[in-house]
Amino acid sequence: MTTDTATPPRRRRVDFKDFGILGGLLAIVVYLSLSTTTFLTSQNIVNLLDQAVVIGLLAVGATLCIVSGVFDLSSSATLAVSAIAGVFLTTQFGVVVGFILALAVGAILGTITGTMIVITRVNSFIGSLAISIIYRGVAIVLTGGAILSVTSDQLEAFRVWALPVLDGVSGGTILFAVTAVVLGLVLWGTTFGRRVYAVGGNAEAARLSGVRTPLIHISVFAINGVCAAAAGMVLASRAGSAQPSMGIGMELTAIAAVVIGGTSILGGAGAVWRTVVGVIILTVIGNGFNLLRWDTTYQQVVTGVLILVAVAADSWLSRRSRRSRG
Amino acid sequence: MGKPTTLTSTPVLALDGVGKSYNGISVLRGISFEIAPGEIHGLLGENGAGKSTLLKILGGAITADAGAVLFDGVPTRLSSPRDSIAHGVSLISQELALVPQRTVLENVFLGGWANAAGFATPAADRRRFDELCGEVGFDLDPHALVASLPLGKAQQVEILKALARGSRVLCLDEPTAALAEAETEQLLEVLRTLAARGTTIVIVSHFLEEVLGIADRITVLRDGAQIATEDASAHTSDSLVRLMVGREVTALSRTPAPLADSAPVVLKAEGLTNDRILDVSLEVRRGEILGLAGLVGSGRSETLRALFGADRITAGRVSVSGVPVRRATIRRMIDRGLALVPESRKDEGLVLRRTTAENIALPSLGGRQIGGIVRQGAEASAVDRVVAMVDVRGSVRHVPVGALSGGNQQKALFGKWLVTPPEVFLIDEPTRGVDIGAKVNIHNLILDLAAAGTAVIVVSSELEEVMALSHRILVLRAGRVVAEFPSPADREDIMSAAFL
Repeated sequence: MTTDTATPPRRRRVDFKDFGILGGLLAIVVYLSLSTTTFLTSQNIVNLLDQAVVIGLLAVGATLCIVSGVFDLSSSATLAVSAIAGVFLTTQFGVVVGFILALAVGAILGTITGTMIVITRVNSFIGSLAISIIYRGVAIVLTGGAILSVTSDQLEAFRVWALPVLDGVSGGTILFAVTAVVLGLVLWGTTFGRRVYAVGGNAEAARLSGVRTPLIHISVFAINGVCAAAAGMVLASRAGSAQPSMGIGMELTAIAAVVIGGTSILGGAGAVWRTVVGVIILTVIGNGFNLLRWDTTYQQVVTGVLILVAVAADSWLSRRSRRSRG
Repeated sequence: MGKPTTLTSTPVLALDGVGKSYNGISVLRGISFEIAPGEIHGLLGENGAGKSTLLKILGGAITADAGAVLFDGVPTRLSSPRDSIAHGVSLISQELALVPQRTVLENVFLGGWANAAGFATPAADRRRFDELCGEVGFDLDPHALVASLPLGKAQQVEILKALARGSRVLCLDEPTAALAEAETEQLLEVLRTLAARGTTIVIVSHFLEEVLGIADRITVLRDGAQIATEDASAHTSDSLVRLMVGREVTALSRTPAPLADSAPVVLKAEGLTNDRILDVSLEVRRGEILGLAGLVGSGRSETLRALFGADRITAGRVSVSGVPVRRATIRRMIDRGLALVPESRKDEGLVLRRTTAENIALPSLGGRQIGGIVRQGAEASAVDRVVAMVDVRGSVRHVPVGALSGGNQQKALFGKWLVTPPEVFLIDEPTRGVDIGAKVNIHNLILDLAAAGTAVIVVSSELEEVMALSHRILVLRAGRVVAEFPSPADREDIMSAAFL
């Protein structure tokens, strides 16, 4: 027997490529702190975090999808339908019940998206794109194209996600932080999270290991639906209303944030903390352009370059690890 | 029919000491023979003897690192498929190189369409197409989509394509493996016609009778070496099998532990049928190792997948310990104590981007959780126990399993199923692509598991491996069980059953 084989010394080297993205964020922060007087003020930080909330919620949900090997382009449409439903339900049942029911609507829409994609076996990218168009249509049908507002006596309670609640930090920021921590733990430490990684890394190997891959995919779509609904309620909370065109295009910014954070678009690798860093980088860059009074047109150029660099680094790393296999 | 015994004319193609090795392991060496214009040359050997490698060298898909290939007596370097095509060699592999969504006509002249200043002139192609069809007697609709053709017709398109490029040498890899009998007859007839017109043909086939029926001469390979190049008329199927098998038998250090007569049947399958296998029945007893032998595509892997619930069955049933399993799914089979080591660890076995520890933990995750949260401590000790048992060397927790050596990956693949040892272990290609040290370890592991009471079914393309590990061997051919041998079995008998 080979029980006494000496295990080779386990050297825990810090792998810098794992944390390169944090270094990038740190560099931007240091630069902005030195070159402006306004960046490191608590008011600016609080604003900055609040700006990150909506994309952040969408991006955290998208992280689970991408790690499991699917894309959900329907999330911003889900956001709109859930927010519209949420505002309507708030006028009927009050702020608290309305919010909870909005999340439920998001979960249902996500489940529908996921089920459609699993059953039809279409590529998730195209499948969720088609479904997003359907959901936008539903949003218009529900509202008749109009803006839907909460009643004036509900407005103060309804704006909880937009207003400062704790040392100036907005309710939305806290909602985002809690969501990120919870989903981060789910992905890292639960059997579900492990299965998400396995399905995204090699769906056939996962299936042959007894993982119900369709169920995993439907679940991540459902979770993403809840995140989208939460993002929708934050947006609605800021405006006191919801309308069919809210959040258009945000699903792509969310995916960009996931990728910039270093989660692999090939599936099977990534983490929620990475996405949080990616979202903050995107937000800080926008903030920096404002503070430095740079032409914001260039902000898009910078963002695009960042995405390309992140994706190129990912494919380079995965090619290299494949080559090094003995 | 003029069958040239010795070469009277200048050989169109000659090999002089051709060899190829990967990472210092020789897969082909010292291959020397000549082929005359219009000759049909059969290339024979067991799985892994080097036939396909040789064919790919001729086709330019891989480059020989020893010896020379001569065309019309001139040494030539073939370093890409383009080179080979330029010298008039076309390789037709089992996966046809056609664009299924386009028409027959477009495919025949793929990439070399007649044109005027870049604009296609299909009329010119059409004239040439009719000429070619007339010469070889094909009846093909030029406007049919390739996707709509039966395989036999698609093969004719591939042959026409080769002729349109002016090929003088056609290399065919297992052209009849997927053809029905009538189609096979038709193809062989076409090949005879082509040869009579002066085209040289090199054909690899597992079907010995077929090769004997068509080839002028044959070359037999064994373990990458050339065993014989002789007239086909001097041979029978039996004499070919003898040449292919040879006499040497490499004995393994251990043999399976003797099986108690009272050992109960653990897994029993009756009449398993789907689109790949037909009426497969088998049973394995506690502690028994059952070997499945057969050629590639004979239904060995498909039998394991059907048993495991990974492929649907249309008829038949499986019982575990006497209890029939209704509507077998993978999860249900795992719950009943089955485990499968799949054929390809890269595609089906491991999540290469995740760590060894995560891969090992995956199938048994459900058993170490509280409310869905992984019990990290329990997992760590389970993984450590398994890693010690299968002896994975290398970092288990900080490196993706894809970065380990093939042998360690394979051990990790076994480890996945040893957290709780299975009742029935289905093992497809236990040692594919691993070094000899890991191979011995894995063999011992399988023997130990069986000795401890696990029922094992093992599939391998290496007949030695099946023979060394098994108490009993079933031979499959074309999706059916065709023979059963108790161990120790005679190698030649098994080969005959698999081939003939």
